[in-house]
Amino acid sequence: MRYIPHTAEDVRQMLETVGVTSVDDLFAEIPSSLRLRRSLALGEPLAESELLKKIRRLAAQNATADTHASFLGGGAYNHFIPAVIDQLISRSEFYTAYTPYQPEISQGTLQAIYEYQTLICQLTGMDAANASMYDGASGCAEAVLMAVRATGRRRILLSSALHPEYLATVRTYCRYLDLDLIEVPCDAGGGTDGAALLRLLDDRTAALVSGYPNFFGVIEDLSAQAAAVHAVGGRLVTVVQEPIALGLLKSPGELGADIVVGEGQSFGIPLSYGGPYLGFFAVRQGDIRSMPGRLVGQTCDREGRRGFVLTLATREQHIRREKATSNICSNQGLCALMATIYLALLGKAGIREVAGHNLAKAEYAKGKIAALPGFSLPLSGTTFNEFVVEADEGAAVVLERLEKEGILGGIPLQRYFAGMDKRFLVCVTEQNSREEIDALVSALAGGKQ
Amino acid sequence: MKSLGTQGLILNEKLLFEHSDAGRKGYSLPRLDVPPARLPAALVREEVSGFPELSEVDVVRHFTRLSTWNYGVDSGFYPLGSCTMKYNPKVNEVAARTPGMAAAHPSTPDHLSQGALALMHDLQEALAEISGFPAVTLQPAAGAHGELAGMLMIRAWHEAQGNSRKKVLIPDTAHGTNPATAALCGYEVVPIASDGVLSAAAVAAAMGGEVAALMITNPNTLGLFEAQIREICQIIHDGGGLVYCDGANLNALMGIARPGDMGIDVMHFNLHKTFSTPHGGGGPGSGPVGVTAVLAPFLPVPVVVEEQGTYRLEVDRPLSIGRMKAFGGHFGIMVRAWAYIRSMGGEGLKRASEMAVLNANYIRARLEGTYHLPYTARSLHEVVFSDRDLGGNCHTLDLAKRLIDYGYHPPTIYFPLVVKGAIMIEPTETESKEVIDEFCDAMLSIAAEAGENPDLLHQAPKKTRVGRMDETGAARKPRLKWEK
Repeated sequence: MRYIPHTAEDVRQMLETVGVTSVDDLFAEIPSSLRLRRSLALGEPLAESELLKKIRRLAAQNATADTHASFLGGGAYNHFIPAVIDQLISRSEFYTAYTPYQPEISQGTLQAIYEYQTLICQLTGMDAANASMYDGASGCAEAVLMAVRATGRRRILLSSALHPEYLATVRTYCRYLDLDLIEVPCDAGGGTDGAALLRLLDDRTAALVSGYPNFFGVIEDLSAQAAAVHAVGGRLVTVVQEPIALGLLKSPGELGADIVVGEGQSFGIPLSYGGPYLGFFAVRQGDIRSMPGRLVGQTCDREGRRGFVLTLATREQHIRREKATSNICSNQGLCALMATIYLALLGKAGIREVAGHNLAKAEYAKGKIAALPGFSLPLSGTTFNEFVVEADEGAAVVLERLEKEGILGGIPLQRYFAGMDKRFLVCVTEQNSREEIDALVSALAGGKQ
Repeated sequence: MKSLGTQGLILNEKLLFEHSDAGRKGYSLPRLDVPPARLPAALVREEVSGFPELSEVDVVRHFTRLSTWNYGVDSGFYPLGSCTMKYNPKVNEVAARTPGMAAAHPSTPDHLSQGALALMHDLQEALAEISGFPAVTLQPAAGAHGELAGMLMIRAWHEAQGNSRKKVLIPDTAHGTNPATAALCGYEVVPIASDGVLSAAAVAAAMGGEVAALMITNPNTLGLFEAQIREICQIIHDGGGLVYCDGANLNALMGIARPGDMGIDVMHFNLHKTFSTPHGGGGPGSGPVGVTAVLAPFLPVPVVVEEQGTYRLEVDRPLSIGRMKAFGGHFGIMVRAWAYIRSMGGEGLKRASEMAVLNANYIRARLEGTYHLPYTARSLHEVVFSDRDLGGNCHTLDLAKRLIDYGYHPPTIYFPLVVKGAIMIEPTETESKEVIDEFCDAMLSIAAEAGENPDLLHQAPKKTRVGRMDETGAARKPRLKWEK
């Protein structure tokens, strides 16, 4: 019981002060028929050394980019994480704090979130951002709900080139809200089909939701989409699942997006088998009061010293209860801090350089793979760091062969799309060396010889 | 004044953007070993305008200084009611950072992720044992997210039976997120008044054919056990409804009593409260949900299943409510909670609940008589006072700010809403008698100050880097980002 400080003598004195004779008496309000009459079957407590041995044994059964050459992306990305990040977030004044309800002793968290909000605005070209979303998918669902609130309309167009798990999350959130969710098909380039979009847009449309880059890695034509959706009075929701791309790409704000959401895991947050990650969420000035989540604002104290507080709480669940803008009550503080440190380290030049490396490596891999007999790149759209490959012999066979060579070659698209049994999604980041990419190409070719 | 807080070297620090100097960077990349590539010019931005330019040491010093303006559990006592701010064991941090765990990609094939899946399955089983629910999902990302998953399952169950009830009963002692969650599931909220503890008669009077569910917190936000819980569940079930329990206060019950044995149908866990994972300045948390066997088919996907010692993520479940987020959940938080449960064992968890309840009752005994206790029923792990008896026109906020000068994080204030001027104290089990005595001394001393020199409270805090903030001004003219 190394985390519990009470000695037998402490307990005796405390019980005396309380005025009861045993610890059990403290639970007298719990009817005896409800009391558990046995010990919890959870085994003996493990010593610290035993626990670490057990966790290492379990960890050894997982494949990672340390044990394999990894080309897995699809919403979670293997980017380099500078040592500074873990050192700084391990300062326990950051990680053992709660939501900053008492600003005088939470200025560290509050200022860091304010800096995070600013960085996200600069990157997305928007006016305000929060640090409250659990991940890109739930942020996407919250964006849909916000578009409905802001427009009073109930029809949502969703690009079918969005991440399938984001689409599924939107469907879950909207299950009982009587909304019209309509998927817009893709064109041959792998982007949202512009002609189909124009047919589906009408004055009942609250929003179009599309990716940038989308799930297939393709860079959508946001300007055209913004013009089309604005013409009917709807909002453009842009979903960025790989935000490193924004180091090179024009910002969604510049191209006309009204709400920008995305996944911040790429910014120094470990892959950690799917979480915790960081959903970012940014809006334009006019929508600040209808956005969900906690916001930090700048203000000053009685002496005029600059400081930061949680603000605009009138939108929140603990005040408006059933009329709240969402039921979110946390911010994703520590993950937002990781992203803030990451972006501060990269800065203006670094974000562009990292994006450039991702693009260059992916283009190199694309060129080599496209030249292999039996393989093709079925989508013609411009991509950033991931792309779809088609294999004549079938994706499952190919990926299994790669695995035997110690390569995690990509995500089979059959997992999400019936009929795509020949296609898989390959992601190349700055972490993949030329040597690794060449090994992937030669392993792909291996089956042919 | 005997005080833990003191004044020392408090360093000033600008915003990141105010440090920036053109040409600096704090990041290095390997030499590009492939030919450079270009995107079509029309797609490319000039630069990320406004981004800072800093060296590594600038960044390190900046965030190190910011950290010193924060108060965490490792700094001292954090008696934030209903938030369960217990000590966060360090070995849990090491466990979560084990490379095979921290670097695992969520789309790795199941057969190459057996360690992660085994840990998740083991955690599911442990949570089931602690709560008495046969099925558990780990996917929800936070308590409120778990609440949403749970209420969606309740609605899905009703719909599967062709039953479209539209109302949810919520007692006035409920957590703030509960009504918002019910509204997100398309339900209309019907409040029920309680007298500190919810009576079966009040539930019976409110129950009817339109009621889909009752949402309850047990122990409730006053720190009181809902003693009629079994009768209440029976009334709801007899009327064709289900019972949701907010598990935020489970820290009082581990090894003592199990919500699943009380007739409750769905409950979320807060791994960041009960199971010692740190809250990170407001997140990330994790909000697994336990359900009865009847509701198991409605769990969100994916579900971790075991077959002959092999684990896999199951996604094909026709009655499932769907996905709550991308991937499997906040795995890094699961690793920490798993490490905690395995470090404590069954007896350790029970001891934790016992000492949490003892600490709360000890605080109550020491402060009762000086501070007003609005509800006198026996307390479990937290105790609610009010500012009624504070002198000198001092209110809960003044007390909270004065506590900061004494070196403590204030308790939860103005919650629960049913108590005017509420002060909600939750010590948890990881605080020693010595710490609690010092805190109680501070509370008593502040009560005396309120009568004798109330300005000390009204002007507090005096020793922090900044004083009381102009929050009205912040909301009236929001400045939400830095601009030159």
